[in-house]
Amino acid sequence: MSPDRIFVTVTGLLLIAFIFWFFWMKKTKGSKAKTTVYGYQEAMILVKGGYTPDVILVRRGTPVRLSFLREETAACSEMVLLPDFNKSAQLPTGEIVSVEFVPNESGEFEFTCQMGMLRGKLVVED
Amino acid sequence: MQEINLSISGMTGIESSQRIEHAIAVLDGVEHASVNLSEGMAKVSFRKPASAGRVIKAVRDEGFTTGNSKIRISVKRMRCASCVRTVEETLLNTPGVKSASINLATAIANVEYSPEAVNFFGLKLALEANGYEVEMATDSSKSGQDVQVSEQEIEYRTLMRKFWFAAIISIPVMVFSYPDFIPGLRDWMPMGSMNRRVIWGLLGLLALPVMLWSGSQFYSGMWSALKHRTANMHTLIASGITAAWLYSAVAVLFPQWFPEQALAEAFWDVATVVVALVVLGMALEVKAKGRTSEAIKKLIGLQAKTARVNRNGTEIDIPVEEVVTGDMVIVRPGEKIPVDGVLIKGTSSVDESMITGESMPVEKHENDAVIGATINKTGSFTFRATTVGKDSALANIIRMVQDAQGSKAPIQKIVDLVAAYFVPAVLILGVLAFIVWYNIGPEPRVVYATIVLVTTLIIACPCALGLATPTSLTAGVGKGAEYGVLIRSGDALQTAQKLTAVVLDKTGTITKGAPELTETIPVSGFDEREMLLLAASLEKGSEHPLGEAIIGGAENLGLVLVEATNFSAIPGHGVSGNVSGRAVLLGNAKLLESRGIDSGDLSGKWAELASDGKTPMFVAVDGVAAGLIAVADTIKEDSIVAINTLRDMGLSVIMLTGDNQRTADAIAKQVNVNRVLAEVLPEDKAHAINKLQLEGHVVAMVGDGINDAPALAQADVGLAIGTGTDVAIEASDITLISGSLSGVVAAIQISRATMRNVHQNLFGAFIYNTLGIPVAMGILYPFFGLLLSPLIAAAAMAFSSVTVVSNANRLRYFKPKGVTK
Repeated sequence: MSPDRIFVTVTGLLLIAFIFWFFWMKKTKGSKAKTTVYGYQEAMILVKGGYTPDVILVRRGTPVRLSFLREETAACSEMVLLPDFNKSAQLPTGEIVSVEFVPNESGEFEFTCQMGMLRGKLVVED
Repeated sequence: MQEINLSISGMTGIESSQRIEHAIAVLDGVEHASVNLSEGMAKVSFRKPASAGRVIKAVRDEGFTTGNSKIRISVKRMRCASCVRTVEETLLNTPGVKSASINLATAIANVEYSPEAVNFFGLKLALEANGYEVEMATDSSKSGQDVQVSEQEIEYRTLMRKFWFAAIISIPVMVFSYPDFIPGLRDWMPMGSMNRRVIWGLLGLLALPVMLWSGSQFYSGMWSALKHRTANMHTLIASGITAAWLYSAVAVLFPQWFPEQALAEAFWDVATVVVALVVLGMALEVKAKGRTSEAIKKLIGLQAKTARVNRNGTEIDIPVEEVVTGDMVIVRPGEKIPVDGVLIKGTSSVDESMITGESMPVEKHENDAVIGATINKTGSFTFRATTVGKDSALANIIRMVQDAQGSKAPIQKIVDLVAAYFVPAVLILGVLAFIVWYNIGPEPRVVYATIVLVTTLIIACPCALGLATPTSLTAGVGKGAEYGVLIRSGDALQTAQKLTAVVLDKTGTITKGAPELTETIPVSGFDEREMLLLAASLEKGSEHPLGEAIIGGAENLGLVLVEATNFSAIPGHGVSGNVSGRAVLLGNAKLLESRGIDSGDLSGKWAELASDGKTPMFVAVDGVAAGLIAVADTIKEDSIVAINTLRDMGLSVIMLTGDNQRTADAIAKQVNVNRVLAEVLPEDKAHAINKLQLEGHVVAMVGDGINDAPALAQADVGLAIGTGTDVAIEASDITLISGSLSGVVAAIQISRATMRNVHQNLFGAFIYNTLGIPVAMGILYPFFGLLLSPLIAAAAMAFSSVTVVSNANRLRYFKPKGVTK
């Protein structure tokens, strides 16, 4: 094997390892929803290429209000779905849209855009 | 002295209304306060220092909510982020405003306010005092969907501008990238010449604005995804075109790095043409996606803009947002009914087709419910508003359709799983292909390896996969709404196509649910009309539903009823009394026997009618049998057609009823169902459904949503027959607004068509990617010497997602068979 081949192969394999690690080995700490005086657990989520924060921690049994603010025009993210709670919302650019529900079961529940490209997770703790 | 009517929600009983009354009454300045529990209204008269705001606050402090109106006003001259704050504060400082949020992008303020304390003009004055121009609510109050439409339009236009720019630049880039194929150019800029290097260098610079402006969304999309450590379509396109550009730059600037100068080829054209094609694809996709949600736009467009209400004795036109519960609304012929309510004065016929899918106009009399957004045809009338704003039937329908369009069909789960791994996997495959081609590929290895990498990145289309289900679902659910069929979720839609049996509740589903006069058989020598007149007049005293059927039948024939005297009801027998001086009896055989009257040959007729599932009654006049009158719960006009269509669709149709077997069989014969489950007690209905499921059937239950709730829940798909305003039926998976069985036919056909469409889309998208990616990686090269050009890959990628969306759009033209609209 010529040196250039070895170089390309090694670099390539390193790149693959990097892609693997970068996209699939990520662990994000959840952000805890704040409880308001009205008894809602509130979290503000920025929608721009993804959800920030994308892991929301809430307690079971207390109403949750997720407020989404979409700051992009790409059609992908114009809708957010919480299939486990049977909720969805249109997100007009620049407008805060709230989704409210009560998590009655603990566990991890995904919220995604309509095409499933953007993902976030709601972790319901006891 | 001022007076306000306040709608209050959350009252649970008499003590809560008393609590509110007390809380208002103790306020300084309040003269009188009365709370009507059943209407949910408080009527307060007050003078200073009390104010509407204080009254509302008192109510809220007690823990109840007062009705709020929402309005969207477009605010002009709002140019900066700090203006937003000013406008927001101005609005919030206006008494009566509960919340205000402003969208700078659309220059629209969303204001929630109490209509008792302030109205649009008040808000307008407040803003104008601060130097902002405000538009009339009725024309400026854009609904959310309108905003979305214009957003889509803006997105489309931006993308098209980007496309044209990229396309125009692509032409010279293409021409000069392949000078060897163009006779004049070939000699002027041969391979390795200075001319060629300079021209190619310029092309590289020309390609930059295409990538950075036309393709800017790829880079920004990739960047914001990378921040979340995720990847999407933008990541693939951005890395693909960047790789192509970087390679070309190296080839032009440092040809000496290549083993032979002749190999140092640039392909700038890849960067520009790929951008042009993919951007064009995105633009077409935006356009087509807008069409899939056309149904909901139509629904939103139905909303009336203004209402004419009676306030303090004068009729005024107000924006529909300001109508509150309890308002008296006046509607003239040809006008739209602005909100839901109950008709108080006048009669008319109303076209409800836009809500129920029912094409025939509906007659409306006093105490009938009217639905907002339907059109008044013939007469003028006044009605009391019962639900407004987000609680109205139309708003409920829109919300249900939107929720359903946003929900996920179970099939989407697989797609989601794939989507999570798709893009990084493609990146890895691209790099792998590069390594393999560089190591064992033909010379010039680096060129081939780069082309293969770029092609692989570009051909992969996560969008086609992601769009496959939701676009079809959106179109299908919207189609349902057109036919008065509200499909509540993607789950319901997916299950509805697998149905094998449809269970129909008899009363109110197959039949009208209310008895009607069906036969009058007088004995010879007795006048039919006279007999009916006597019987109906007698029944005027009773309040029995059978009596009402007879009265209704007589009135339909134009008979004028007279007053009965000596009326008495004999339990278990019938009724007796005097009409126009004649002694009239109406009842069963026992009644005649007890009076010693011979029924003669009427008994045979009686048995015949009874075996047909009808309720026959003897009529006797002055001690002699006069004839028979039969009433029956009649079959809805379209039930028979609908049931036959369901059977033609291969479904087993089962009638479920609490009636005895004989009556049930009689009805079953007329409507031609496959099976009858008779004598089923209401509480056993769910059990009956379960038994059918154990037989292996996938069962749909069609019922009225209240009595049948457990059965609807037990069924695989529960279809509730709604009536007009009552659309939010919780137990059901599908709600049929019109109450006609043809809705069941439409629902099942639409679900079948939609799921077929979803499968086509998914199949197409999966096949496209599973074939396209290996071909792009060069798997065919060793066998056929075939390698895909990145340009073809870009075209394929751009049009695969357009194809998916266009295929979903075909659903818009779907027409259920055997259903008239």
